[in-house]
Amino acid sequence: MSVIIVLLIASISVAAIFLFAFLWSVKNGQYKDEISPPVRILFDDATPTVQQQPTEEKNTNE
Amino acid sequence: MQLEKFYYDNKIVKMFAYATIFWGIIGMLAGLWVAIDLYYPTANLGLPYTTFGRMRPVHTNAVIFAFVGNGIFMGVYYSLQRLCKARMFSDTLSKLHFWGWQLIIAFGALTLLSGYTTGKEYAELEWPLDIAIAVVWIIFGINMFGTIIKRRESHLYVAIWFYIATWVTVAMLHIVNSFEIPFSFIKSYSWYAGVQDALVQWWYGHNAVAFFLTTPYLGVMYYFLPKAANRPIYSYRLSIIHFWALIFLYIWAGPHHLLYTALPDWAQSLGTVFSIMLLLPSWGGMLNGLFTLRGAWDKVREDPVLKFMVVAVTCYGMATFEGPMLSLKNVNAISHFTDWTIAHVHIGALGWNGFLTFGVLYWLIPRIFNTPLYSKKLATTHFWIGTIGIVLYAVPLYWAGFTQALMWKQFTPDGHLKYQFLETVTHILPMYITRSIGGTLYLIGAFLMVYNLWKTVAAGQLVANEAAEAPALPKVIETHSKQYWHRWIEARPIQMLIFSLIAVAIGGIIEMVPTFLVKSNVPTIASVKPYTPLELQGRDIYVREGCYLCHSQMIRPFRDEVARYGEYSKAGEFVYDHPFQWGSKRTGPDLARIGGKYPDSWHFNHMLDPRSMSPGSIMPAYTWLFDNKIDTSLTPAKIRAMQTLGVPYPEGYDKQANKDLEAQAKSIKETLKKDKIDISSNAEIVALIAYLQRVGTDIKAQSTANNATAITNNNN
Repeated sequence: MSVIIVLLIASISVAAIFLFAFLWSVKNGQYKDEISPPVRILFDDATPTVQQQPTEEKNTNE
Repeated sequence: MQLEKFYYDNKIVKMFAYATIFWGIIGMLAGLWVAIDLYYPTANLGLPYTTFGRMRPVHTNAVIFAFVGNGIFMGVYYSLQRLCKARMFSDTLSKLHFWGWQLIIAFGALTLLSGYTTGKEYAELEWPLDIAIAVVWIIFGINMFGTIIKRRESHLYVAIWFYIATWVTVAMLHIVNSFEIPFSFIKSYSWYAGVQDALVQWWYGHNAVAFFLTTPYLGVMYYFLPKAANRPIYSYRLSIIHFWALIFLYIWAGPHHLLYTALPDWAQSLGTVFSIMLLLPSWGGMLNGLFTLRGAWDKVREDPVLKFMVVAVTCYGMATFEGPMLSLKNVNAISHFTDWTIAHVHIGALGWNGFLTFGVLYWLIPRIFNTPLYSKKLATTHFWIGTIGIVLYAVPLYWAGFTQALMWKQFTPDGHLKYQFLETVTHILPMYITRSIGGTLYLIGAFLMVYNLWKTVAAGQLVANEAAEAPALPKVIETHSKQYWHRWIEARPIQMLIFSLIAVAIGGIIEMVPTFLVKSNVPTIASVKPYTPLELQGRDIYVREGCYLCHSQMIRPFRDEVARYGEYSKAGEFVYDHPFQWGSKRTGPDLARIGGKYPDSWHFNHMLDPRSMSPGSIMPAYTWLFDNKIDTSLTPAKIRAMQTLGVPYPEGYDKQANKDLEAQAKSIKETLKKDKIDISSNAEIVALIAYLQRVGTDIKAQSTANNATAITNNNN
């Protein structure tokens, strides 16, 4: 069952990616606030101004 | 803080939405067709392309990767922009992603109908398309991570976590499961053999369900359900906990598809344990969705969108309760290989994925077209027809699966099997008919949706670029160095691309590992020999016609199966099987010991007209096998590919293979002649007979004493 080694390497490297993501998310303060994020998504298009703009977005602060 | 003005790209959302609807209808039509094939075998119109074995992969691939796949992208492209307060990273990548994916689907359908298949369920597409899938998936990844990096909202909402996990894991699953060695510009052999192939395939197969049909749709649920109900998710903390628990547990549950097979026992137990644990995070997600509607059930009464979502989440809960139960070995002993599994997955596919997609479409199309839905009433009708359709689909199949399994296991008082296999099939045909009625209702519902959305679109006008405003991310968040790194990569998309490619090249390193490991794939039963060239050609025909979709090649160590089919299957018997053909469903009997059971002439007549040999059979006739010629030009390439994979053909055998092939074909032709059958020795049916007569015969050559040692060796 040598293929188990392949599956383990693959699974564990993905687990490592997830662990890194988890540590980053905690450090970054992603979970500090559990109240406003679920509420905030409800307000994002409160004022949908209908407007046509064909060109790609330009980021002004870069 | 200065507000930045930007525009959401709704056009790409519209394109994915249309593709979702289009492929959804195609996939469901294909599903209905194969459902009818099961009780009316001539519904294949006598054509190879429309026979069950080729249409069924079209159905599964269309529904999973085309319908749900485009549904995922529709949901991600809509929600990610709004959650990140940014337009998608690149319009060009968005378009490449869209058209690339549609081309893969179209070519996928064509190649599957033409019989080009790897023979591995839900991974049937051949190697050129596998490469294309990887490329398009990377394009999607760059586009998604690019958007996340240039976001204006520092917090990553839980839906985004689900999208990220989906992308990472699907990339890995696809690459590992698609190791294959091409022998022509469109065909290949699986790199792994037998038990190893089975383990990799179901590790992939199970996680395709987990990370293609579940996690992205949970992300979609976490965005669209609160939006549709206009209230925040019940518990944000629960969503975080259940996300991390779910992705950690899911990846280990694959072996539950191989209980009681030749897979080592410890791997089976491991799969079972993780499957049981999965119940908790799965139900965490379901309850979180349902509790979001607490105090808002009056809205569910009014709003068809919420109706669809409630049933979707409920079906998710039912399917994820049933999944762990089916992973218990004693339950699996009954459910496996029957229609129970088919019912189970359709609760997920029709209920969870289908209904959530419908809910999102009804919610999203009016918004991006800036007009109310054409008819709420029609949408509600769709909901009820669809729900009744699901019930009429699933209940008969549960019944059929349970009945058939019990009939298989029934013995008479004097110790003989009570039912012939065919009796257990004809007994459940009424259930098959009812199931297709359920499927028809579901499809009618989908057509109502097409009409409803078409009228909606006609009344509105697409807001292709929706204006939005948000402040930029604050320059200083926490650690300065991290901020610097972010900013650096943000302004340099090319470097970003290179880094992504490096990350992906790690997949190539993993790719090297099996090359070395393949050598350790030593045959453990001495009498098991490689297939002869003719048998190999016959096996490729077996794979091409999708025989494995109705016939297993795996006798489990149960009294009834040993009595019905013969000695139970051993791991060492499959070491030259690239790909493995264990199957997952017994619409027809198991074929693991078919070799030598019937004369050649029986197989000949049975393939020409199944009902002449077993009256009442629902197998289609394979008339084209009698006209098609064996493609001997590929024999040397096939032998060489097998040698690369470690199959011990003698050196230089590829040059001699066709001579051996002809000799064996002639001898089969002679045998058939004795039964007054005249057929050209290079007809495909001859190769198929050669293969069928070989299957499972190798260990019969052994003495009983040898056999005992082989079994012990095998368990290692």
